[in-house]
Amino acid sequence: MAVSDTVLLELYRKMQQTRFFEETAAHLFSLGKVHGTAHFCIGEEASGIGVGHALKNEDYILQTHRGHGQAIGKGMDMKRMMAEFLGKETGCCKGYGGCMHIADFSVGSLGANGIVGGGLSLAVGAALTQQYLGKNNVTVCFFGDGATNQGIFHESLNLASVWKLPVIFVCTNNLYGMSTHVSKAMNITDIAVRAASYNMKGISLDGNDVITIYKETLQARDYVLQHGPMLMVLNTYRWMGHSKSDAQLYRTKEEVDEWKNRDPIKQLRKTLLEERHIPVKKIEEIDQEAEIDVEQALAFAEQSPEPRLDSILADVYAD
Amino acid sequence: MREITYADAIREAMSEEMRRDSRVIFIGEDIGVYGGAFGVSRGMLEEFGETRVRDTPISEAVIVGAAAGAAMTGLRPIAELMFSDFITLAMDQLVNQAAKNRFQFGSQGAIPLVIRTPAGSGTGAAAQHSQSLEAWVCHVPGLKVVIPSTPYDAKGLLKAAVRDNNPVLFFEQKLLYRTKGEVPEPELSEDHIIPLGKADIKRSGHDLTIISYGRMVQESLKAAEKLAGIGIDTEVLDIRTLVPMDRQAVIASAKKTGRVLIVHEAVKTGGFGGEIVSTIADSEAFFYLDAPIKRLCGLDVPIPYNPGLEAGVVPSSAAIYTSALELMEQRQLMQGAT
Repeated sequence: MAVSDTVLLELYRKMQQTRFFEETAAHLFSLGKVHGTAHFCIGEEASGIGVGHALKNEDYILQTHRGHGQAIGKGMDMKRMMAEFLGKETGCCKGYGGCMHIADFSVGSLGANGIVGGGLSLAVGAALTQQYLGKNNVTVCFFGDGATNQGIFHESLNLASVWKLPVIFVCTNNLYGMSTHVSKAMNITDIAVRAASYNMKGISLDGNDVITIYKETLQARDYVLQHGPMLMVLNTYRWMGHSKSDAQLYRTKEEVDEWKNRDPIKQLRKTLLEERHIPVKKIEEIDQEAEIDVEQALAFAEQSPEPRLDSILADVYAD
Repeated sequence: MREITYADAIREAMSEEMRRDSRVIFIGEDIGVYGGAFGVSRGMLEEFGETRVRDTPISEAVIVGAAAGAAMTGLRPIAELMFSDFITLAMDQLVNQAAKNRFQFGSQGAIPLVIRTPAGSGTGAAAQHSQSLEAWVCHVPGLKVVIPSTPYDAKGLLKAAVRDNNPVLFFEQKLLYRTKGEVPEPELSEDHIIPLGKADIKRSGHDLTIISYGRMVQESLKAAEKLAGIGIDTEVLDIRTLVPMDRQAVIASAKKTGRVLIVHEAVKTGGFGGEIVSTIADSEAFFYLDAPIKRLCGLDVPIPYNPGLEAGVVPSSAAIYTSALELMEQRQLMQGAT
């Protein structure tokens, strides 16, 4: 299956937006402009973007705490994301959630989760709704390697399989659950084999190859609508620490540098230039536009008002 | 009015709501062919089929989580946990997911979800199948908590819970399932909705108020009958909904009688009775009190197996009677002191 230049350029744009968004967010931290914490997906952008861009607006995603790329991939507005990051009233969650709980139901994002594996059971329910209402849509649940060691992983994949629900379980394996290497947390090297327990299809992909991820997600979409859920493992790496307060004593600079050489954005850029013969000027334009988009998002967020305390009780319960 | 059991009332409420609204589905362990561990859903599979009455694996966490996910996306699930003790297995889904998702996502959407679950001791099922854990969930903003004491209330409150747009914990009382009470005929039931958050005076009186919920309301009514025999006129206030609590009704009754006994089966320490006490103590009702507020609760122990011990660690009508008398005497002692 050939992927058009237009699609590749959009994938490139969204990955660059994610990169700039997070670099800007990290910079805001260093300036002391943000409180709380954040988890960055720099180096992992291909997973969120490649999957999200292959979905339809009515498809659902459930993101992880490291979910900026997943949200941008699904088409979320960076202005409202940045405003949420700064805790502003115009944020997608009115400043109540912060970047660990980014959500926008209007583009099918049912929210990022602060609990490792927290989205898994919700995804089963969302897909049950799709199946029950006869929709031709799927649910994607993002989670990390660490989540596959949670009990809810087993319960969710099992039930989704029994009920043949249209869920793509997407495991972003970045090799570490906080500081613990996967080799110390599980006695297998390929997480996709876990699918066999549920008589479910499981595939393992290069998580830095956005074109492959995009193509495989298109196929997975069709597959889960016909056959029920599958597990897709995207093997990648996070360049930054677990969160803003990580001294990274558990890995070497050499290991990080080795993965930086496999930068998913640079890889796609190379393909665009050398295989698709896109003029470098065109690519630089996208770089600039992505940077401007993030600058505008930041300006919007900074100019937005703080949320009000006096109406907060009214938001706990629905009418 | 006809009489039906508490279990029948719950089944009728679910079935009527499922007939009325195709978005209402029912999931849980052994609710289909088996009819539920306590027979509550007997016959529902035959009427609604496997797409709407869905047996699950023994996986409480995903039962609650999937129900919450379905609720977020347009269905209105009723999930059954076979014993309320099993909420321990679904705590993340309940507390971090269902209760929080509306708020933490900036009030996008709603979670119209009912979790029905049998609570309480008295069946010889020992420590892991007999607890009354309602206080835990009352401490989590975003959840509503209901515990009905009669078939009439069970039906009306459950129908209201299914129509509510929030996660509702509906604690049923095992020992009440087979008890009968008046409930309007099904054809009149469309109107039989009891709003959440409204207490009910089950017996009106002037000397003393017993505030309770669930099965202990029935024990309190028995005690009140006996107290009437010795000239003590007892009011029994059934708060029915712990969250939201009808604070006005609690305060009004405390002001009216000036003496309050709170009764629940759950253990005393950290129990919901403390919340009722403080509701009275930091309201104007404080100035109307003729005696300290008293709590009669389960002992601070796990529920034991031996039948005598099991009955002995939770309040009974006899213990309620004795506590009420002590409360009345305390008043006389206080009057004597002044």
